[in-house]
Amino acid sequence: MTSVDGDIRNFIAARYPTADIGDNDDIFALGYVNSLFAMELVVFIERHFAIAIPNDELRIDNFRTVKAMTGLVERQLPAGGAGR
Amino acid sequence: MVTLDSLGHRAGARAFVDAELTPYAAEFDAEQRTPPRTLERLAQSGVLGAVVPTTSGGLGCDLRAMSVLHEEVGRACSSVRSLLTVHSMVSWSVLRWAEPDVRDRWLGLLGRGEVLASFCLTEPMAGSDAASVAATATRRDDGWVLHGQKRWVTGGQVAGLFLVICRTDRGVSAFLVPRDVPGLCVTPVTGLLGTRASMVAQVDLDGCALPADALVGPDGFALPTVIAGALDIGRLSVASGCVGLLQACLDASLDHSARRRPDGVALSDHQLVRRKIADMATETVAARLLCERAATLKDAGDPEGTTAVFMAKYFASTAAMRAATEAVQIHGASGCSDGSDVARYFRDAKVMEIIEGSSEIQQLVIAAAAYRGRSSS
Repeated sequence: MTSVDGDIRNFIAARYPTADIGDNDDIFALGYVNSLFAMELVVFIERHFAIAIPNDELRIDNFRTVKAMTGLVERQLPAGGAGR
Repeated sequence: MVTLDSLGHRAGARAFVDAELTPYAAEFDAEQRTPPRTLERLAQSGVLGAVVPTTSGGLGCDLRAMSVLHEEVGRACSSVRSLLTVHSMVSWSVLRWAEPDVRDRWLGLLGRGEVLASFCLTEPMAGSDAASVAATATRRDDGWVLHGQKRWVTGGQVAGLFLVICRTDRGVSAFLVPRDVPGLCVTPVTGLLGTRASMVAQVDLDGCALPADALVGPDGFALPTVIAGALDIGRLSVASGCVGLLQACLDASLDHSARRRPDGVALSDHQLVRRKIADMATETVAARLLCERAATLKDAGDPEGTTAVFMAKYFASTAAMRAATEAVQIHGASGCSDGSDVARYFRDAKVMEIIEGSSEIQQLVIAAAAYRGRSSS
């Protein structure tokens, strides 16, 4: 059983295994994210959850925290859909 | 007329390149231009529309196939390959990020090669650091107004469409700018060390007024989307072109060392020459495999693809420089002569270590990716 927030946490943890990132921690402010990792996040979210993020949702605030990314994904998923 | 899909991509590309580019590449280099006839041939062959879907007049290649095409072109002419690189970067950006009406307006023209495109990032003070661009796009009621200066714009002399990276009130953004917009001025740049026929230009933007839909991708969030994605395509293209350069250096060195017989002994019979050949042959295959791996990961949408592209570009470009250096060495004085193919490869290879992120930038990114799996620093 997977969850949106769990999958996002796992993706970040796979790249920064020693980092302890809470759901509300700003990963940009913590220094983990540069533009390349931000691109990896966009690519991961679109591919993993089989969604296309519209341009008006592609803004930094939607990628700052696990919670924000989870909200972004859930807004794009069909109602009640699990995505993948 | 050889088209790329008539013989399979590599075979088709090889036939096209051998007929249309190899015999003329030295002439292009000497004259510092790729002639209109060749640009027309490129368009007719389909190679300009490699990454554009077939429904829009392109070849519909995935990145593995694009890599093969650009390797074959790079084997003959790094200048033409450079034109393909920037055209592909912009074509991909339009396909992926432009609003539907804008995409429909431009993609067919780009796919059929009826309009050439250039990527405008580098600036006098910011270099190629996209986060530091100084060119501005100011929001108006009916659109945008652009000001700024872009340097080292590959293909800028002949481009009909520019993807220009600017700063807005929200951050770094990308804009499609047609060549004929008032306020846009193109100044040719000549006398470059290498890729001399890639028709580099300086592009000045002095109050260029654009409609609202000229914005490509998210406003203020272009760094991890439009720019990073386009540069991934560009790096893979450059890396693939470097595989072609490696192959060209190897082929020229094999031919010359077998034919040249000072004191009655062929150069190819000297062990120290064979050592150079062994290194060239091995690094050619290694670079090709790194490109295949990177393209495969990118095609699969694997987030590791970006680091893989950096590795491919870093290795292929530095290996091409090593191979070109040794190819000139094997050719001796003739390799230092005006009009020598290996001298051109040498000059072009040096450029490859600098463009699309210098080797030092590639090293920093690759090392950071290696470290991040071990610590948070």
